[in-house]
Formats: sequence, structure tokens, C-alpha cells
Amino acid sequence: MGFMNLFKHFLGDDWGVHPDDRKRPAADRPLRTMPVPEKLYLPLQQHLGGPARPVVLVGQQVKKGELIAEAQGMISAPIHAPTSGTIVAVTDITAPHPSGLTLPAIILAADGRDEWIDCQGCADPFALDPAEIGKRVAAAGVVGLGGAAFPSAVKLTGAARSKVKTLVINGGECEPYLSCDDRQMRERAADIVDGIRIMLHATGAREALVGIEDNKPEAIAAMQAAAAGEAEVHIRPIPARYPMGSEKQLVQVLTGKEVAAESRTFDIGILVHNVGTALAVRAAIRDGRPLISRVVTVNGNCANDPGNIEVLVGTLAEEVIAFAGGLKGDGIGLARRVMGGPMMGMQIPHWRVPVVKGTSGILAFDAQEVAAQEPDPCIRCGSCVKACPMGLLPLEMSARIRNSAYDEAVGIGLKDCIACGCCAYVCPSKIPLVQYFVHAKGELAAQDRNKLRNDATKKLAQQRQERLDREAREKAEAAAKRKAEREAAAAAKAAAEAAAKQASETAGATEGESA
Amino acid sequence: MIAAILSLTVLGAILGIALGIANKFLKVEGNPIVDELVDLMPGSNCGQCGYPGCVGAAEAIVAGTAPATCCPPGGKALVSAIAAKLGLTVDLSALGDDGPKIATVAEELCIGCCRCARVCPTDAILGGPKQIHNVFREACTGCEACIEKCPTEALVMKPVPVTLQHWVMPKPRLA
Amino acid sequence: MTPATLTAQTVASPHAHGGNSVSRTMFRVQLALLPATLYGFWLYGWPAFFLWALTILSCVAFEVLSLKLMGTPRVKATLFDGSAVLTGWLLAMTLPPWAPWWVAVVGGFIAIVIGKQVFGGLGQNVFNPAMVARVALLVSFPLPLTLWVAPLPMSTLPTPDFVSSLRIFLTSLPVPDAMTSATLLGHAKTELARGIDLATALHAGPDLSWIGMRAGSFGESAAVLILCGGLYLLITRVITWHAPLAVLAGVAIPAAIAHAVDPGRFLSAEAHLLSGALMLGAFFIATDYVTSPNTTTGQIIFGLGIGLLTWVIRSFGGYPEGVAFAVLLMNAMTPVIDRFCKPRILGRDRKGKPLDIPENA
Repeated sequence: MGFMNLFKHFLGDDWGVHPDDRKRPAADRPLRTMPVPEKLYLPLQQHLGGPARPVVLVGQQVKKGELIAEAQGMISAPIHAPTSGTIVAVTDITAPHPSGLTLPAIILAADGRDEWIDCQGCADPFALDPAEIGKRVAAAGVVGLGGAAFPSAVKLTGAARSKVKTLVINGGECEPYLSCDDRQMRERAADIVDGIRIMLHATGAREALVGIEDNKPEAIAAMQAAAAGEAEVHIRPIPARYPMGSEKQLVQVLTGKEVAAESRTFDIGILVHNVGTALAVRAAIRDGRPLISRVVTVNGNCANDPGNIEVLVGTLAEEVIAFAGGLKGDGIGLARRVMGGPMMGMQIPHWRVPVVKGTSGILAFDAQEVAAQEPDPCIRCGSCVKACPMGLLPLEMSARIRNSAYDEAVGIGLKDCIACGCCAYVCPSKIPLVQYFVHAKGELAAQDRNKLRNDATKKLAQQRQERLDREAREKAEAAAKRKAEREAAAAAKAAAEAAAKQASETAGATEGESA
Repeated sequence: MIAAILSLTVLGAILGIALGIANKFLKVEGNPIVDELVDLMPGSNCGQCGYPGCVGAAEAIVAGTAPATCCPPGGKALVSAIAAKLGLTVDLSALGDDGPKIATVAEELCIGCCRCARVCPTDAILGGPKQIHNVFREACTGCEACIEKCPTEALVMKPVPVTLQHWVMPKPRLA
Repeated sequence: MTPATLTAQTVASPHAHGGNSVSRTMFRVQLALLPATLYGFWLYGWPAFFLWALTILSCVAFEVLSLKLMGTPRVKATLFDGSAVLTGWLLAMTLPPWAPWWVAVVGGFIAIVIGKQVFGGLGQNVFNPAMVARVALLVSFPLPLTLWVAPLPMSTLPTPDFVSSLRIFLTSLPVPDAMTSATLLGHAKTELARGIDLATALHAGPDLSWIGMRAGSFGESAAVLILCGGLYLLITRVITWHAPLAVLAGVAIPAAIAHAVDPGRFLSAEAHLLSGALMLGAFFIATDYVTSPNTTTGQIIFGLGIGLLTWVIRSFGGYPEGVAFAVLLMNAMTPVIDRFCKPRILGRDRKGKPLDIPENA
């Protein structure tokens, strides 16, 4: 075995990296629940897809769990009041986004009573029609809690339609620093397994595979104990490696199947959900409660007291940090604020940004953790090629993007990049490879938008030209018509005059004759 | 010596004839690059460049009589696209482009004279006589044709606000 | 805060780094070279040390000069990445230990200016700078580049002291005949050319030695120590096993076959592996990041190519040693190898088409 390990060490992994996971001590501290803050900031878009549409008025009183913004479009999710109180405003606030731009949000002032609306729970979810479960999950505003925040109901109903056979539950939590899923698996294992069974029922899948990285032995033990009586729920420890929690990698490790490019896991009969989502689905079905809170990991060298905290959606990161024990030295030495994990999370401009449904972590990094450095030139060492879990050539793609040859970058696989960050993590030259790829994807999207706009402009200009031509033609026709009429009238008049003259002449003649 | 001169002469003659024939039979009608440039351009034929429409400007740019920077509505993006296509080096920093701009109507100044709506190449201005006019953001190309027609200076060019949906991650600075 | 100032600071994920750096990599390679280098100093005395020091010094000096001339803003940072030192070091390892001073300077100039900076600096060069310099020196100045001294511990003459070593180094006086010796490969070549069978020729010629007790360049001096350095690089994951193993296999396999067929005409695999710059080439030159392919498959092809070409040049070519030529030839092939050896993208076939979706999955 020792020899095999040494051999493997020489061979190296064929994808991914092994970052220092930094999950403890935060992962070993019990969950804390944060009290209701004074104000909650609820962005209308906390999910992938169309933004929600507000259905409340400023000044309106709402109860906890009441719908305040409805889903809009096929892929969207509604938003509910996380506590009872008054709607103060619907306005723009800073988005949890690296750009520091704003997005529209509903601001809710808590009244402190924290009064629930009547929740329509269901004692026996397995008696419900699967389609009904999908509807209830959609109405509860459940989105994927792993980070991408894709509306869960869309996935559930889509999976039921394409008759998936296997439900893969992602308990990998491969991002360093984060332990919110770990903590929930340790403390709420029974509820998670219940949620998984509800999802099995909703999709018609035969078995659920729960993949948990082997750096979380406590979570594996708790989940195995909870799933002991369930024949269709299998707990599968998987090797800790980043990005094990990425959909395609997880599916491949757990089932041995490879998800084809440009297609979804449905197509090979697999649906992937996060463990946190299983909990949210359970709450939505069993208790009829919408998704209004989530567990967030506060961590990083600058955090005084790292840990996992259950917070209401819409709480400002500032307040979460204050509740978690604040920052060391009031933020002296803080180098970067991050929402999400260190590998794929977003830098945020300041702490006055709300926690949204997809926020898994609030990380306060010091300079040593961020290790920001001026990039050196690429030495073509190929570390990024070995690390890339998608089998891409990051160094080649970044070289092309550097020269703005975006189409060439697409030609060698830019669209397959999942922005996991492995390449930039291992790069000895500290080249911000992911930034190149994100930039290129944004630039390509902008080019597409520009092209659409150009086409629309051309059409408009063409239509205007046609209109002008038509108007000119009509004018000319009208003028011609008028001229013709005038001429006709003149002719008629002349004819009439002539006739009259003739008549008078004849009359004269007859008169003469008669005289 | 004579053989060398002869063979080279014959070779030159044959190649020359071949070139002449090729020129005759493989002649390219029009310049395809002009069409490619026209595809890149806004296509509103606003005339700010001083050429008859976008086709005229594209021809002038290809001929080298107009700079690649002659199209104000196209902005920096168009300049870099043209430069890439023609292999030109253009000093973008001198362009002073701070993103695309569109016309907006200051409602308190608009007297509803309709002069702007008449010149707009994309019919992006809406409004009847004696009514306050408005600009369709999506249709405005930022050609500024309307600006000077306005008797009350109610039309001003304002930068298009960057939204979350339109934001692009900046390119990393070069190492 | 305006959006403009915000975007200027925007950085994308990841917000962590594995800690690897260019200078750390270069430092590790230098560390791996150290045992063989020190051993070389002991074998060849002060002149070898002077040659080593001046080669590195001239490489660094030419690097500074080039960066200054090109107006690169980051002269210091570029210098401290250690790549110029490494190039100089590798070049010194391939030179005859008693080469005169101007060989070091001219070599440094060719390696850094012509081999590297002309292409655009670190990461842009097509050919391995040390090998470019080595080959250019060899074809331009064949005499001093093929004058091999026997290792001093084996020589009958007294070891030159510091001052006389300096004189040897600076004045390029002819080395006394008693001190020179042919390399194994050179000896084999000349004897073969004279029509003497290898079996008899090698009997009287230089011995094969694992510990480097024979004439040759630095890099040739101790195959074992070079091998140890290579293993250190493998363990610290600076290099992978693909290219070195392929180089060794590319030489050993044809050599073994040919030797079995005609021992009088072809050297044995062992002689090939322990001779010339092969070990150095396999572990330190063929693994050069910049000039080798990026994928493991590509590296295996690259390595096999170097090995095979080396054997062909050694056995049939005009020069006794062929590693440097083989490396340069394969360097030229690297872009082609990279073009055809791409990793398979997950979810796509080798041609880049999405995988077929099974009918009833």
C-alpha cells in the first residue's frame, strides 16, 4: 500500500488541486442562530433567471413568510418576508457582486414580533403528487444553496419529466474555509435524509447517492446513522479534492458516468442537488415554510470568532460579522472581503451587502491568505493543464484572450471552463487566469448583445428609409392625383362652358329662328 | 550565361502572363473587407463621419482616407474591431471614450417642436407636436444627429449606465 | 467611489494561492544541480569553478543589459526569478571544464540575448537557451569545445593552485597533453572512423564510470549525482517522470537492440546512458517548462524523440555527442506536438465534439 501511495504521488492526480482546507475550527463549533436584525435588504434577483416582481407596496405590513415578490418567467423564484414588519422601500442597493454595482431590492423594517403567516404543512409528503411537490417547492422560493442558486423546482420537475434514475446529493463542500454543509450534516442529518426522500419521491428516482468528502468524518458518521434505515439513500465518502463538488466531477466520481458537454445531467438520468437544498425542500413540504434563512460560514484570518451562523436572507454581511464576533482589530489588516468560498467566491466592495439565498460564506482575508502578487510572465510549466478538471489548456486560452482573440479561445474550449480556479491556484507566475476567462465570457456576451443591437438598429434605419420613401411616394401620388383632379375639373369646366356656350348659341339660333 | 539569361527571361515572361491571366479571371468584384467593416458598423447612416452612410465610411477607412476613429457612435469597441480587421495600430487612449452615450430629453426644456424626431436615423425619438418627446434607449445609437436640431438644448448626450447585466469583468493588467 | 475606481480594483476568484512561484521552482532546480556541480569542482579544480561563475555572471549581466535596453519596467523582479542564473548554470554544466573565459562570455551572450530575450524573454523562447549557446559554441569554436581534461584525481600532474588556475582560465594557454583525454563517445567515434572494432577500441579507451572518473563536461561528470538531483525534482513535483523516462528509454531501447545485433559497431545501452549530457538532458533540459510540450502525452513523445535522435546522432552522425542537437530539433517540434496532443475535454471526444448521450441511461 505504501508503495502504491508513493507510486500515486509520482503519478499525480489527473485533475484538481488539494488546497489547505482551513475548515477547522469553524466546522467544529455548533451552529448559532442570529437574532432578527432591524432591517433586511432583499434583492429581487437572488437566483439564476428572471428577477422577481414585487407584490407589496411601501408601507405595507407583512408577516414572516409572506410573499413579497413573485416569480417572473419560466426560470425564476419568488421572495418571501424573512420576518414580520413594514416594507420601507423598494430601491437600489449594492449588489453582492464584484462590480460594486446596484440592483433593485425590497427593504423590510422588522417589527420585532417575528410573526409567521399560516403555514400549510403536509404530514405525509409521500402521498402528494410529485407535480404538487414541485409546485410547492417553487412557491417556497427554494433555490440551489450550493452557490449557483438555480431554482430547485425547475430542476425537480425537469428531472421528473426526463425520468432520472439517480439523485446525487452534493455534500462534498470542496471549497476551503466553508463548513456550512458540514455543520448541517452533523446537526440535521435526519432532516436532510428526510428531504432527500421527498426529492426522490418528487423526481421518481430510484436511489440517492450522497457524496461527502472524507475530510468530514463526523458528517459522514452522522449521515450514515441517519440513513441507516433507508435502503435507497447511500452515503458515499469520496476523496477530498477540489473541485469535487462541481456537478460534472461529482457525478463522474460517484457514478462513473461522464456528463456530455453542452448537455445536462438529466440526459444521463442523474439529478444533482446540494444537502442544504434538501433541507430547504423538506421545510417547504413538511412545514410549508418558504426559504427565508440559510447557514453562512464566517471565516478567514481576520474573523475574530469563525463559525457557522443561521441568518435570515437579507441580513447585511456587516451585521453577520458583528454577531459572529467582529473582525480582529476592527478590520486592520483586512485585505479582501469575499462572499462564497475562496476558490469561486466573489470579492465584494464593502460589508454593507446583504446575504442572499446563494451566499455560503462571508470571508475576511488578510494579505497573507490572499497572496496577491504582480503576475510574472507565463513559463509554460503546464501546472494549469494538469490541474484543470475539465481537461482544458488554461495557458493557451489566456494567451489568446490577452491578445483579444476571443473566438480562438472559444475554439479551444473557453465555453467548457467552469471557472473553478484550479489553474490560477497552482500558477507559479500568479497569472489571474480565471479573470481572463471571466472577462472573455463577459466580452463575448457583450459582443452578442452588440450584434443583436446592431441588427435591430439596421432594421430600424431600413424601416425609417422605407417609411420616408413611402411618404414621398404617397406625397407624389397625392400631388399627381390632385393635379389630375384639377386638370379633370378644368377640362370638365371647359367642357361645360363649351356646352353652355353652344347651348346658348343654339338657343340664340332657335330664338332667332323663332323670332 | 546565355542559357541562364534565357531561362530567367522565359520564366519571368511565363509568370507575368500567368499573373495577368489570374488578374483577369480571378478578379475580386468590390472589396470584401468593405462589406466586413459595414457589418461591424452601427448601420444607422447617421452621417457624423462626413461620408455618405456607413458604406461610404467603410470604403474611406479601407482606402485609408478616413481614420479608423471616424465613427462616433461605434466608439472604442468599433475602433478596436476595425483596427484588428485591418491590422492597424490605433491609439485608443487618445480617443477619450468613456463608454457609449445615448441622447436623453430634459423634459422641462422640451417644447415639442418635433425637429429631433425628424432627423433621427432610427426613429428612436417619440413625441407629437407640442408634446414632450422621449428617447427609446434601446433604439438610440448615440449618433448625436438630434442634438444640434433642438432649439432649446433639451437634448443632451448621457453615458449609458452600466448595469449588473451588462458589466464585464475587466481584463487583467498585462504582466 | 465611482464605478471606474471600483472596477480598477476588481479581481476575480480564486482568492487563495497554492504558494508555488517561478523563483521557488528555479531555486529547486538549482538545488538539484548543486551536488553534481560541487563534485565537478572537486574533479576539475579551480578552472572549472571560474568557468561556472563567469558563465552565470555573464548570463545575468546580459539579462540586465537586455531588460534595460528593452525598457522593461520590472528589471529587479525579472532578475530575481532566477531564470538567467539557471540558464548560465546549465550552460556551464555542458561546457568542457577548462574552457577559457571568453567561451563563458560568448556563451552567456548567445544563451541570453539570442536564445531568450530576442524571442521576448522568459516564457517566449522556442529553443532552450543553454542548448542554443552550447551548439553555437560547438560549431563556431570546435577546438576549445572539444578539449577535455581528465579529472584531476586521476591525473598524474599536480593539481593547479588558485593563481595558476586563473592563468589557465584567462590566457587560454594550451593544456598540457598529459592532462587531456578523449570522452568515451569521442573516443568511440574516432576509433570507429579509423576502422577499429569497438570491442578492441574500448578495451584501451576511457572506462565507463558511474562516479564520473573520466573526461567529460560537468554534466557528464557524475551521472549518479545528476540522477539524484532529478529524483529530488520528481519528489518535489517540479518535474514529472514523463519526459526524463522517455528520453532515457528513447536512447536505451535502440542502443540495446543495436548493441545486441552488432557489438563491434554500436555502444551498449549502459555506455549511452552514462555518457555525455544524457542524464543532464533527460532531467534538466528535456523538462525545461518553456520549450517542452504541456501535456503528458506530448512530453512522452518529446522525450522519446530526443532520446532517439540522440542515439542516431551519436551512432551515425558527424559529432560524437548529440543531446544538444536532439533537444533543439525536438524544441522545434514542440509547437506541433502541442497542437496535436491536447488533453480530452471532459464531456467531449478527442475532436471536441460533445459525447453522445446514451439512449437509455
